[in-house]
Amino acid sequence: MSEPSLILDGREIPFVPGQTILQAAEDAGAWIPRLCHKPGLEPCGSCRVCVVRANGRTVSSCTFPASLGMVVECDTPDLLAMRRLIVEMLFVEGNHFCMSCEKSGHCELQALGYRLGITAPQLEYQFPRREVDASHPDILIDHNRCILCARCVRTSRDLDGKEAFAFVGRGPHKRIAASAGSRLRDTSADVSDRAIDACPVGALLRKRVGFSVPVGRRPYDAVPIGGQEVGR
Amino acid sequence: MSKPRVATTSLCGCFGCHMSLLDIDERILQLAEIVEFDKSPINDHKDFTQRCTVGLIEGGCANAENVHVLRRFREMCDVLVSVGDCATTGGIPALRNLVPLEECLEEAYVKGPSVHNPSRRIPDDPEIPLLLDKVYPAHEVVKIDYHLPGCPPSADTLWEALNALLSGKPLALPYALLKYD
Ligand code: SF4
Ligand code: SF4
Ligand code: FES
Repeated sequence: MSEPSLILDGREIPFVPGQTILQAAEDAGAWIPRLCHKPGLEPCGSCRVCVVRANGRTVSSCTFPASLGMVVECDTPDLLAMRRLIVEMLFVEGNHFCMSCEKSGHCELQALGYRLGITAPQLEYQFPRREVDASHPDILIDHNRCILCARCVRTSRDLDGKEAFAFVGRGPHKRIAASAGSRLRDTSADVSDRAIDACPVGALLRKRVGFSVPVGRRPYDAVPIGGQEVGR
Repeated sequence: MSKPRVATTSLCGCFGCHMSLLDIDERILQLAEIVEFDKSPINDHKDFTQRCTVGLIEGGCANAENVHVLRRFREMCDVLVSVGDCATTGGIPALRNLVPLEECLEEAYVKGPSVHNPSRRIPDDPEIPLLLDKVYPAHEVVKIDYHLPGCPPSADTLWEALNALLSGKPLALPYALLKYD
């Protein structure tokens, strides 16, 4: 019997049972924009950037399982508009001053803005009041830039075996926290944790190493994230 | 045919975006040939002499005067472009949006470590434009047609954009020229 397949934007692509739409697409060379998804971590479907339409239903492709004969739309004007809006929301609901951010040029949120061709958001900036926790000698959390993707939570729990991070609060008050105490220095978090590298934005950072790559040579200066055409 | 007119202004910005425009180097001669500058700090014309094709806005709105100038630009320009992060997001001046205005003024005029102000009075002369509650990006005050983010946008970005706008082509920046820093 032949491999099971689905239809992605009119193209038949194979999948391995158990794969998500996003994984199947990636194996077939189609990069679906994503943010909270990171290979090696359990998908959590929190950011919705990976939105696609599967058999007419709007779903997050990083969590939705591929199934036989499923018809998936990804690259359509309305889904692109939705994806843009989601990324714009992430910008306006935090405080993102890219010009002075250590992560600039390496940041996946910023890179998605570039790839999607966002020049300014359609929504009002919220300018929320958020804290910076710089209590730890070697690392810091800048809540102004946190997008609540839970990559640090999942990495610390599943790869570092530590549970150094957790969420507290709900809705607009939800924020990432050092799990064992109120301050980062009171936790088991360490400068060598893989959780630090997992943060897609400039929220979880190592101290004293910022701005080491010159402008022009940073990962997303010349090449879009996902390595494909801009505007998707 | 008369040359298209370009007006520029710096609202709550640092003039870095205007510097970036000068950074187009010798292309400035070409620019001077194809456009006529109207109200702009480049020629120091204080007000519009007539309607303009393109208005370039540097800086967001931090005070009542910024709002007044921005509205005047909207009135007088066919196409209005936000240039730089301050115009598109509020930029560095918008850092004050994270602190209540009263605290900001107190720090600047009363409590700051290098402040000498025995009267403890915060400047309130009617000649001084009134500060807004926060710094607003230009598009939250008037309709803006195009945005060129960057701190500042590079000379190449400005050059590409101006060329497209002045020749009536749609403005689509190549990947490497759309940057937020
Ligand atoms: S975290 Fe990313 S989007 Fe936010 S300020 Fe830093 S570079 Fe910009
Ligand atoms: S600190 Fe970084 S990795 Fe953790 S939730 Fe926030 S954005 Fe995600
Ligand atoms: S990448 Fe799928 S929801 Fe975030």
